[in-house]
Parts: sequence; structure tokens; C-alpha cells
Amino acid sequence: MRALLVLFAAFFLMGQRDAILVPAVSQDEVQVRQGFTGTELLLYGAILDPRGQRGGAEYDIVVVLKGATEPITIREKDRIGGVWMNAQSSDFRSAPSFFAVAASRPVEEIVDERTAAIYELGTEFIQLSPTGQIDPEKQARFAAGLVDLRQRLGLYNEDMSGVTINEQVLYQARIQLPSNVITGEYTAETFAIFDGRVIASAIAEVEVRKVGFERLVEVFSQRFALLYGLLAVGLSVSMGWIAGRLFAMI
Amino acid sequence: MEDILPVYLPIANLSVNGFLIVLLGAVTGVLSGLFGVGGGFLTTPLLIFYGIPPTVAAASASTQVTGASVSGVLAHSRRGGVDYRMGAVTVGGGIFGAIIGAVLFRLLQAVGQIDIVINILYVMMLGAIGGLMLQEALVTMRSGGETTRKVRKRRHHPVIAALPMRWRFYRSGLYISPLAPFFLGFIVGILTMLMGVGGGFILVPAMLYILGMSGNVVVGTSLFQILFVTMATTMMHALTTQAVDIVLAGLLLLGSVIGAQFGTQIAMKAKPEVLRFVLAAIVLAVALRMLVGLAVQPDEIFTVAPL
Repeated sequence: MRALLVLFAAFFLMGQRDAILVPAVSQDEVQVRQGFTGTELLLYGAILDPRGQRGGAEYDIVVVLKGATEPITIREKDRIGGVWMNAQSSDFRSAPSFFAVAASRPVEEIVDERTAAIYELGTEFIQLSPTGQIDPEKQARFAAGLVDLRQRLGLYNEDMSGVTINEQVLYQARIQLPSNVITGEYTAETFAIFDGRVIASAIAEVEVRKVGFERLVEVFSQRFALLYGLLAVGLSVSMGWIAGRLFAMI
Repeated sequence: MEDILPVYLPIANLSVNGFLIVLLGAVTGVLSGLFGVGGGFLTTPLLIFYGIPPTVAAASASTQVTGASVSGVLAHSRRGGVDYRMGAVTVGGGIFGAIIGAVLFRLLQAVGQIDIVINILYVMMLGAIGGLMLQEALVTMRSGGETTRKVRKRRHHPVIAALPMRWRFYRSGLYISPLAPFFLGFIVGILTMLMGVGGGFILVPAMLYILGMSGNVVVGTSLFQILFVTMATTMMHALTTQAVDIVLAGLLLLGSVIGAQFGTQIAMKAKPEVLRFVLAAIVLAVALRMLVGLAVQPDEIFTVAPL
């Protein structure tokens, strides 16, 4: 659907406004190592207009950075017998672990809602692929709950003035990655929008991965679970024993 | 806040203030040295409050309790304060309980009710034990601080006497069926797995009042049980939930092993009834805080779990 639309748009626009988007990311790999407290990604690039006209074209730029998607269950607490406990739940097949939108102007001023929904230009437009019984009202409530939850964790966010454009050619966007990001492949999609239409788009990839000791620990705990458990037990016993001996000497 | 000593936890997947975690370990360490409890009842909820995923908090807290109880066991065994036979039976029950606890954990997690069960267990256990301890401490303090409590008749609960197959437990001064301590260990094992606590605050009163063990081996034997059952719990978590964060456990241990030594020193100087009063107040405060958490609408009513 989306691919078709992009194709259609490309076909429609060919010849008249063949803008080209050249994107770049400050780093194509984010290394999560000891002392990692989050990082800032700089997504920048240029919009090139082959005809050399740039004065008249007021482009808008929207950048969407998305983490890997995973299937999830969202549970909603309700008051049952005076106690707040999980009651209803809803399943979604493709919830991104991270989702950030940065735009040069508020998205609703740039495009209509339909276009925004097609390109996922906002946290309310994330395509979560609900499964199970189709109850739009309930699904909307749960989707809003997910967005609110992950916004508090700094994992989903919108910055409607996060993109600056210089001379209608160069743009740059800054997106914060907090320390609790999930590792994996991240895709940064950049859209150049003119007159309510997406005229060019480009994708850049960023890999967030653990390195060094952090990676070692993670892999070790998964592949050699028994040894890892023994190591943890050994560490705690020896630390307790050493402390006991040290203080006995004092 | 995270600037003081940022430490990235590779299993919990987030960066924490290392100094705060060590401090938390130290506080629970002091408690364990003072009162002979593991301090897990404080660590797990505080870690969750800090933002550590609940499973990682429970798993890593049990690793910490192991370390905190090692020096206690050593000290008690040197002066003959551990009934190894009794300890072995309760450890057996405890490991069996931890296995059942792991199954229960999975089951409750699948239906999405693990958190509420943990919270209700905490409120019930801590409320009941804290209430009992507070009552006893107040009675002792009112009676002019006499250290001689009302002379307990060293007899166990009538149900215990009715159980078949009796063994002699010399150091405990008991001739009872091993089924009773086995069952006690079993219950504590389940709680250890579910709540990430050592269970000392249940074991000690139960050994005294239900089994009727002689007082001078109770703390040592309960620490012995806690030591081995938390080891088993750590292994169980490492193999099933894979939620043991060795960096988090290491930080907690660093604080708690040092704190435990200071706790032991303070314990030698302070009045026991005052200590018991303070512990009861802390336990009740934690229980009350969790009760409020259950009754008041939470800030965030949605939770996410991987499918």
C-alpha cells in the first residue's frame, strides 16, 4: 500500500519537481557500553532541486526514527474489589521499541491527516497491527495507553520544531536516544514535503548494539545460562565471605 | 542524578546511578546485619520503584541476599548456632518450593497477574509479621525493658506432633517429623522465587513458635536455609527467566556486604527490643506503602509485555 503510493507519487512528480533527498546520520552505529547514558543522533542532509530553483520552494522536512518492532500485549488495570489489577488486554503485532518524529513545523500544518497516517508522521499514527477481535474503540484506547507509557520512558516522542532548514537546502534534526533503548536495527526515514505532498523520501539505517563487556554479559547469560548462574552465585558467596574475613581482621 | 556514577546494566537494559544502588545495598546490608533478615523485602520494591524491570529486580535481589547471608552463616556456625540437619531438611523443602515457585511465576506471568500476586503477598506477609513484631516489641518495652521475655514453653504446635516419622534434631532440641520443617522450607522457597526475598522474616518466627526450635540455633539455621535457597533461586532465574543482572547484583552486594558488617556491630550495642521495634516499623511502613499502591489509582494503568 505504502510502497504503491510512493511509487505513484514518484511517477506523478517525475519531470516536474524531481527533488532529491540526500540524507546522512551522525553515526551509523550506536555503541552501548559501560557508562552509556543515552546519546543524541544528528540526522542531516540536503534537498537538491535539479532545476536549481530553491528560492520559491518552501520544503518541509519530517524525520521518523523507528526501532525494531516486536509483538506485544498491552494490559489495562482496572479497579476490581477495591484493588487495581490487570483486567483487559489487547495484542499488537508490530510495536516499535522506539519511535521519534521530528518536523520543521507541526505535522498537521504540513500535511493532512490521511498523508500523516500513511507515512506514520506522529505517535498517533504508528501502525501497530492489532490482532484478535477488531474493536476500534478499544484498540485506540490501548494504543494511546502504549504511546503515553513509552513517552514517559522517553522511548516515543514528537518534536514539532526539531528540524531546522537552512536556505531551503540543508536540514538537520536532533533526536535523543535515552539509555533504556532496546538494541537492534533502527531506520531513519526522512520525508521532504511540499504543498502537502511527500515529494521525496530517503532511508538511513542506524544500528544500536551492545559492545564489549555489556555484550559479553548479555550473550553469556543467554547461551551459557548455567555457567552464568554459577558465576553469579560464586560472586555473591565470595564477596560475602571476603567482607566477613576483612572485617574480622579489623 | 545519573551523572554521579552512571552504570549501565546489561540485562536490565538501562543506565542507573551506581552510587544510589550501592547505597541501597548498604541500607539492606545494615538491616541484615542488625536483624538477621536478608533485606530482600526492601531491595526488590525499591528497585522496581527506581525503574528496574520487576523480574530483573527479584532475580538480582535474591543474588544479593546470598552474599549478605554468607558472613552471617559463618559467624553463627563458628559458635555452633546452626542445626545442619534441620537446615538440610528446610533447604530440601526450599529448593522444591523454588521449583514450584518458578512454575507459578511462569503461569502468573502468562495471565498477566504476577505483579498483583507479588504485591498482595507482600502486603499480607509484611503486614502480619510487622504487626506481630510491633506488638511484641511494645509489650517488652512497656515491661521496663526487661530482657527476659515471658518464658516460652518449648513445645511445638500440636499439628506438628501428629505428623508421622520422627527424627531427632539434637541442636534444635526436637524430636519431630521432618515433614514439618520440609513443608516450612517449601513455603518459604515459593515466596523466595516469587518475591525475591530470603524469607528470614517468616522463617525465624515460624521456627520459634511453630516448630519450637531452641532460640540459639534459630537465626543461624534460618540464615543457612536462606543461603542455599537463594543460591537455588539465582540458578533458577538464570536458567528460566534469564533476568539475573550480574552488574546490578554486584553493586548491591558491594554495599550490602559492607553494610552487613556495620549492622552486626550496631546490633551488639543496641537494645534488642528497640531493634525489634525499629524493624517492625520499617516492615509495616513497606507494607502500608504497598497497600496504598494497590488501593489508589496508579499513575499509569497500562503495562506492556512481550508476546
